[in-house]
Amino acid sequence: MKYLDEYRNQALIQRLAEQIKKRATRCWHVMEICGGQTHTLIRSGIDQLLDGIVQPVHGPGCPVCVTPLEKIDRAINVALTPRVTLATYGDMMRVPGSNSDLLHARSRGADVRIVYSPLDALMLAEKHADREIVFFAVGFETTAPANAMSVWLASQKDIPNFSLLVSHVLVPPAIEALLQDEESHIDGFIAPGHVCTVMGFEEYEELARRFSRPFVVAGFEPADLLEALLLLVAMLEENRFTVENQYTRCATRMGNLHARKMIREVFEVTDMKWRGLGTIHRSGFRLKDEYQSFDAEVRFPLDHISTPEPPHCCAGQVLQGKTKPSQCPAFGKECTPERPLGAPMVSSEGACAAYYSFRRFQENCL
Amino acid sequence: MCLGVPGEVLNVQRDPGSGLARGEVRFGGIVKEVNLSYTPEVQPGDYVVVHVGFSISRLNEAEAKKALRYLNQIGALSEQLPDEPPSPE
Ligand code: SF4
Repeated sequence: MKYLDEYRNQALIQRLAEQIKKRATRCWHVMEICGGQTHTLIRSGIDQLLDGIVQPVHGPGCPVCVTPLEKIDRAINVALTPRVTLATYGDMMRVPGSNSDLLHARSRGADVRIVYSPLDALMLAEKHADREIVFFAVGFETTAPANAMSVWLASQKDIPNFSLLVSHVLVPPAIEALLQDEESHIDGFIAPGHVCTVMGFEEYEELARRFSRPFVVAGFEPADLLEALLLLVAMLEENRFTVENQYTRCATRMGNLHARKMIREVFEVTDMKWRGLGTIHRSGFRLKDEYQSFDAEVRFPLDHISTPEPPHCCAGQVLQGKTKPSQCPAFGKECTPERPLGAPMVSSEGACAAYYSFRRFQENCL
Repeated sequence: MCLGVPGEVLNVQRDPGSGLARGEVRFGGIVKEVNLSYTPEVQPGDYVVVHVGFSISRLNEAEAKKALRYLNQIGALSEQLPDEPPSPE
């Protein structure tokens, strides 16, 4: 596929790694935010290739992993309501709520459908006027344009039986929260290429200035990440704290203006609860007042469901980059992809699943 | 769900009323209908990055080629500057 093979070229990967080794005078701690990038780093062995030169710290960028238990419990509750169909991405089916998951809800008779896009859910609503169709709108800024468009179309076409259960999180406020935490020692950041493709990277320039940290907007292939690490190491060695864009084939400083306009039309920024990180000020989206009738939490009584996080899963520590998945006592023992205790083991983008699939059982020190 | 996939636009249909655009996009062997409203400038033959049924960006070929040229230069540079002096022959 276009520009994938080129960026997976082994010789290029080796040469870039050599350049990084030559440039670095110490071991730098670099956080990649996005779960897709975590998987590339582990799958392609970049973490091992740069052992002692760059220590990757895995960030909270897996939308399934940061969705609070409470939202999962609410989704299960909605799905079990008569005459309701809950439509969701496949990743969400096995994420454990406080005592069940959507897959179990389906086996108990709930109508839960896996869809590829919120527009598929909207089509279900048009087809089944006698049912309420609720789409579980989980995600970072990348899925916001799709979710925004589904609500806008529902309002334009007057489809009354469609709503969203929204759990939308934003990357820059989470980075800010991580940097304000004195326990975290992150020298620089790989910014998520597709989030920036949608939103641009002005906000990261502000973070770079305020916290004196360099950022590189990067793609998702091994050579993309290595080039980003090379740029980051150069900036760190030179004490330069700005934003550079490695992913110029997709991301621009201003992002996708059409998508941003639609997001602004439908959503507004609000405080948001994250699994493991707690509530972060202005770190998520909610539907604007004009679109409240499409909010499943307005349509169904769900306020009574509030769930504390489970004590046995250290996902919070993992998502803040303070603990490696392999350092969690349950990792690979009580917690495996077949019987996951926490979301980072379920999701294809979760750090625990990446460590398990690519057999990183040994503890690396942070 | 966050993973965007590049695919080739096969055709584009625009709805003159709403201004919305959609079309078929080929990903390897699979063809899918994709909403192209956020990249209204795309033409058949362009590559787009698709997330959950929406294209979020046209793949900028000029930038991609420039970046690859640069990456290959890095490679060439490292070959010209070996770490150790070549052994005398
Ligand atoms: S290994 Fe399992 S229990 Fe441990 S942090 Fe990851 S998901 Fe939670």
